Amino acid sequence: MLRDVWAFRDFILSSVKREFQSRWSGTQFGPFWIVAHPLANIFIFTVIFAQIMRPSLPDHPSIFAYSIYLCSGVLAWNFFCEMLSRCVNIFVENANLLKKIHFPKLCLPVIVLASNTLNFAIVMGIFMFFLLVIGAFPGWVVLYVLPVLFMQMAFAIGMGVLLATINVFYRDVSQTVQVILQFWFWLTPIVYTPSNLPKAAQAVLMWNPMYIFIRAYQGIFLEHIPPQWSSMIYPGLLAVFFIFFGVFAFHKLQGEIVDEL
Amino acid sequence: MGYLRIRNIGKAYKRYNRKWGRMAEWVGLGIHHELKWVIRDITFDVDPGESVGIVGINGAGKSTLLKIIADTTKATVGSVEAGGRISALLELGMGFHPEFTGRQNAYMDAQLRGMSVGEVTEKIKEIEDFAEIGDYFDQPVRTYSTGMHVRLAFSVATCVLPEILIVDEALSVGDTYFQHKSFERIRKYREAGTTLLFVSHNPGAVKTLCDRAILLDQGIIQRDDEPDAVLDYYNAVIAKQREDYEILQSERLSGRKVTRSGNGEVIIYDVELMAGGQPIRAFRSGDSVTIRVSALCREPVEELTAGILIRDRLGNDVFGTNTYHHGVSRKNLQAEEMVVFEFSFPAMNLGIGSYSLTTALHSHDTHLNNNYDWWDRSLVFQVIPGVTKFSIGVCNLPVHVSLCSNAV
Repeated sequence: MLRDVWAFRDFILSSVKREFQSRWSGTQFGPFWIVAHPLANIFIFTVIFAQIMRPSLPDHPSIFAYSIYLCSGVLAWNFFCEMLSRCVNIFVENANLLKKIHFPKLCLPVIVLASNTLNFAIVMGIFMFFLLVIGAFPGWVVLYVLPVLFMQMAFAIGMGVLLATINVFYRDVSQTVQVILQFWFWLTPIVYTPSNLPKAAQAVLMWNPMYIFIRAYQGIFLEHIPPQWSSMIYPGLLAVFFIFFGVFAFHKLQGEIVDEL
Repeated sequence: MGYLRIRNIGKAYKRYNRKWGRMAEWVGLGIHHELKWVIRDITFDVDPGESVGIVGINGAGKSTLLKIIADTTKATVGSVEAGGRISALLELGMGFHPEFTGRQNAYMDAQLRGMSVGEVTEKIKEIEDFAEIGDYFDQPVRTYSTGMHVRLAFSVATCVLPEILIVDEALSVGDTYFQHKSFERIRKYREAGTTLLFVSHNPGAVKTLCDRAILLDQGIIQRDDEPDAVLDYYNAVIAKQREDYEILQSERLSGRKVTRSGNGEVIIYDVELMAGGQPIRAFRSGDSVTIRVSALCREPVEELTAGILIRDRLGNDVFGTNTYHHGVSRKNLQAEEMVVFEFSFPAMNLGIGSYSLTTALHSHDTHLNNNYDWWDRSLVFQVIPGVTKFSIGVCNLPVHVSLCSNAV
């Protein structure tokens, strides 16, 4: 299956390119807009939240502490959220294509993965630049982001393929995902800190894989400490499970997908 | 070049009787569906360089079969072995993305067909030239007309000599000029050795392009033979039966459209179009048919003439006559008497198309004298291509064509 997808790498690359192009086609400033969104985000988090509302992180006296905490959480969450919500609809959205040309269907989620990763890389680049400017760049510890990010991507794409497959037959799935993502965001300590929660809730939190990923980023960017690897076992296994289960379900139902579209 | 071996192909769609049936099956709670077979037991070979036409009425399973061969749909049973790269042009529009330009879509489509960026770049000029859509090539596809869609789709699908080319009626949508151009290209590829699988409702195209034709009806192969033999059989049996059935069915559902006038002294009891003693609603141009008009007298009348008038789809009179002019009018009829007239046509040489029959009862030569009953569109019938050579127009005149090679 993977070899088939590899054979279509040209198509995947061009699709990613086209996706970026289409985003600024018809605009005057073109690529600037891709940078403008994350810049605006970081600016808002820094100025509005950190300066005006002045929430305090107990152990961090720096005025930028909260904004770093917020950015590392929100940016990673957005990456996950966009990838999942785009993946879920991928087969339904491309019904026309799937019905008319024979090509490896898994190319479609791979395109989502590639284009979202590229977009995230740009956003991350800007965030790093911001950290450099304020003199809070974590140094070599920042490389620890990569394995965590890799796990998060595997988790998202595995779940994405699984839900996309089910969504072909039960379209309620995509609606449900949108609603659940809203709750999930607020059930994950991104805007607030875990210490704001009662003890009982904190225990449950450990079962939220997104919390474990995001806590790792927060640790790396704010405290400059590598993630606690033992805590990564659970989300890592979950990612592997979703990848296998997603691909298994897709493989099982592949033949019926086109009939149902 | 490419060959196809198609063995016992069958396709069934799953029909779930309950909404959650599928989910229940996924988690292993028994079987909740029944299979609806659309094609069954299809077996045939296509040799390298051969071109095969597939004919059949709508819903016969032609498109499903092509989709399975092109591998966009999986067969439920059976196998397809393709000895060569397949380029398929299935239905309209392809998967073009409306926001991207024709050029971008051409790239995407060609890449989906397995070409690399380099190969497409080499061919892009040719694709643009063949499509002949001018500046539109760099405009978003959403601004395209249906014809432009087809032009672009065909141009991309056939930009490299395919080993196996599958074309599904897509061409019937373009304008005549482009149809000619694309047929020309198909013919050229055929000569170069491309194996062709072609679905069309156009018997002429199948006859000229194909070495062989396969007739599908209700998902099974009915005939697999020379195009002429298959098309004749198709026209004579399948298409006719279906037209009869469909028109009679719609008459049954909606009732014959009644536009009747007259004093009702005599009424048209029944009008029937017959061939071989059976009521029909479709026949081949040139077939022998009979129109039977049954009249029922309500009052005693001195004289009764029955008239028929055939009109084309647009309502133009094509042919009309009445019993008075043929000297078979009845005189001095009693009440409750039934009179049956038959108009027999040894060869109904109407052109291909849809016609309506208007029936009238009156006295003397026109309905201006004692109009008893006038029934517009008392029935509608269809004339389908048949035994004679191709012709156009409302009448299919017997003609003999010869070549005078020594003319001065």
